Amino acid sequence: MLKVPYVTNYLTEHFADDSFATVAGYVARGGYAAARKAITQMSPDEIIGTLKGSGLQGRGGAGFNAGLKWSFMPKQTDLPKFLVCNADESEPGSFKDRILIERGPHQLIEGLLIGAWATGSEKTFIYIRGEYAYPAECMQAAIDEAYQKGYLGKDVMGTGFSHDVVVQRGAGAYICGEETGLLESLEGKRGQPRKKPPFPAQYGAFGMPSTVNNVETFSHVPHIIGKGADWFRQFGTEKSPGTTIFGVSGHVVRPGLFELPLGTKLEEIIFEHARGVPGGRKVKGVIPGGVSMPILPAGMLDVPMANEFLRERKTMLGTGGIVVMDETTCMVRVACVISYFFRDESCGQCTQCREGTGWMNKIVERIERGAGSEEDIEVLGDIAGKVEGATICAFADAASWPIQGLLRHFRSDFEQHVKLGKCPFPESFEL
Amino acid sequence: MVSRQSDHSQGSERSGEERPGRISRETRAKIEAEMVKFPVKRGALLNALHLVQSETGYISQETIEELAELFEIHPADLRGVVSFYNMFHEHPQGRHHAHVCTNLSCSLRGARALLRELEGHLGVRSGETTADQRITLAHEECLGACAYAPVMRVDETYHEDLDLERAKKLLDELE
Repeated sequence: MLKVPYVTNYLTEHFADDSFATVAGYVARGGYAAARKAITQMSPDEIIGTLKGSGLQGRGGAGFNAGLKWSFMPKQTDLPKFLVCNADESEPGSFKDRILIERGPHQLIEGLLIGAWATGSEKTFIYIRGEYAYPAECMQAAIDEAYQKGYLGKDVMGTGFSHDVVVQRGAGAYICGEETGLLESLEGKRGQPRKKPPFPAQYGAFGMPSTVNNVETFSHVPHIIGKGADWFRQFGTEKSPGTTIFGVSGHVVRPGLFELPLGTKLEEIIFEHARGVPGGRKVKGVIPGGVSMPILPAGMLDVPMANEFLRERKTMLGTGGIVVMDETTCMVRVACVISYFFRDESCGQCTQCREGTGWMNKIVERIERGAGSEEDIEVLGDIAGKVEGATICAFADAASWPIQGLLRHFRSDFEQHVKLGKCPFPESFEL
Repeated sequence: MVSRQSDHSQGSERSGEERPGRISRETRAKIEAEMVKFPVKRGALLNALHLVQSETGYISQETIEELAELFEIHPADLRGVVSFYNMFHEHPQGRHHAHVCTNLSCSLRGARALLRELEGHLGVRSGETTADQRITLAHEECLGACAYAPVMRVDETYHEDLDLERAKKLLDELE
C-alpha cells in the first residue's frame, strides 16, 4: 500500500512516483550521478572528509557521526571488507526504513556504492527484518535490475569498480537491530550481541572489517556527495544537520511520515503536520523516538527535535518514531506494554537484562492490577537504574530508559494505582 | 587473523544426490544458490530456514537434522538458531498465520480489543490454532506500520487501518 510521506524533502520528494523505484526513473531524476562522481573523481579520503564535514548522524538510533564511523575501516589490510545495511527496523514506533526501501531502493543502492568505494568494501549485506516480506521483494527487484543495467556487479558504470549486494532476511528478533546482534544473525547464528571491542570495523561480518549503517543513513549519502556538505548543512541545526523522516503514530488526527529538518519543534510536528489529537483532547505524553526513548510530558513539546536539545530533557531522537498519547492514557499501562516487549525480546545473554526486564514487567503489571505497593515503585526505579549500562549491549538501557522516563514525569499515575488499589483511568486504551 | 568461528569450512557439494527427507530438491537447489552468496555457507542459514518453512509449514526435528547435515553444523546448534527467532516454528501450525500487532502504537488504537474479538470469532486463544488447522492466531510485537494501526499480518501480507468487520472478513476468506 502506498504510504508516501505527507511532507517531503530531498530524500522522499519523488516517492509518489512509481518509476523512482526503477533504474530509468531514478536516473531520470539525476540518480547514480553522485556515485559516478564519487568513484571517478573522488578519493575515499575525500568522500569520508565530505561526509564527516556534513555532520551526518546515523539515523538508526544512536546518532553517531557517519563519516567518522567510515573512517574506522582499516586501510592497509588484505582481508575482504564488507558494508552491512541495517534494515531490521523493529523499534516500536518506527516505520521509515520500510518506505525508503519500497519507494527509493536505488537511492539506497547508490548510498551503498559510495560507501563501498569510500571504505574499500567488496560486498554489502542488507539485513532486513523477516516480517518485511514485501520490502525485501522490492529491494531484491531493484538489486536485480541494478545488476542487469550495470549499476552493481563487475565494473560498475564502466568505472572498473565492482560491488555486490546480498539481501538476508531476519526472522523476528528485535535484538538483531543491535549491530553486533545483527552480525551474529547474518552469520546464521542466534542474534546475541558481541562484546566490544573489537568493534565491527576490526571484526565485523564473518570476522572481516565491516561498517554497519542504517537504511536512512545510507540514503542521505548520495545527496551529500552530489551536492556537498554545505548544501546538506542548510537543513537542520548546526550540531544535527539534514532532514529525517519522522513517523507519527498513536493519538493524532493524521498519523504518518513527515520528512522535516532536524530541529523541527515537536509541537509543530504533532499539531501542524499530524494535526493534533482527535476529539479535541489534550496531549498527556509523547515518546520522541521509538519506545526505547524516555517519554516527554505535555509541558515539554516545545523541544526542537535534535539530540542536543532532547538530551537536555533527558531523552533522545532515537529513530524519530513519535508516539503521541492523549489525556485518557494510563501511563502504567504504557509501562506494561513497553516492559512486556523488552522482557520478550531480551536475548537472555546478560543476567541484569534477562532478569531485570522480567522483574520490571512483573512489577508494573502488579501495579496495574491494583496489587502494587509503594515499595514496588521504589524497587522499579531501582532496577531500572541498575540495569542501565550494566550489560554488553544497549538493549538493557533501552529497556530501562522508558521506565525511568515514566517514573520521572508520571510517578503520580503509579502512586494513584497503589493508593486506589485499581487503575484510575477507565477511559484509557485497553490492555 | 584467527577466525573465532569453527564452522567456516566449505563442505562438499551434495546437490545431485537424491535423498529421502522433507526438503524438496527444488528448495535444496535454492538453498545452495543462497550459500554461494555468503563468505561461509552458514551465512545462508536464515534464508534457508525461511525457504524450508515456506515449503513445510514448520521446522521439524527431522528437518533440523537434514539441514544440519547440509550446513555441516551440529543439529543442537541449528535447533538453537531455530528456537531463537519468533518467525521459525518447531511445531505444526495452521495453514495460515494471522498475527495482530499489540505494541504501543497499535494498542493505543484498539489492537488488543481487536485481538480479543478475533479470539472469540475463531474460538481460539492468541497463540492457538483453529481445530480445522486453518488459522494460527497470535499477537505480534511491532510490525513497523505504526501510523496505520491496528495492523494484522496474514501470512506475509500486512493489512493496515483495520476495523473488526474487515479483520473478520479477511479471516473468513482464508481457506
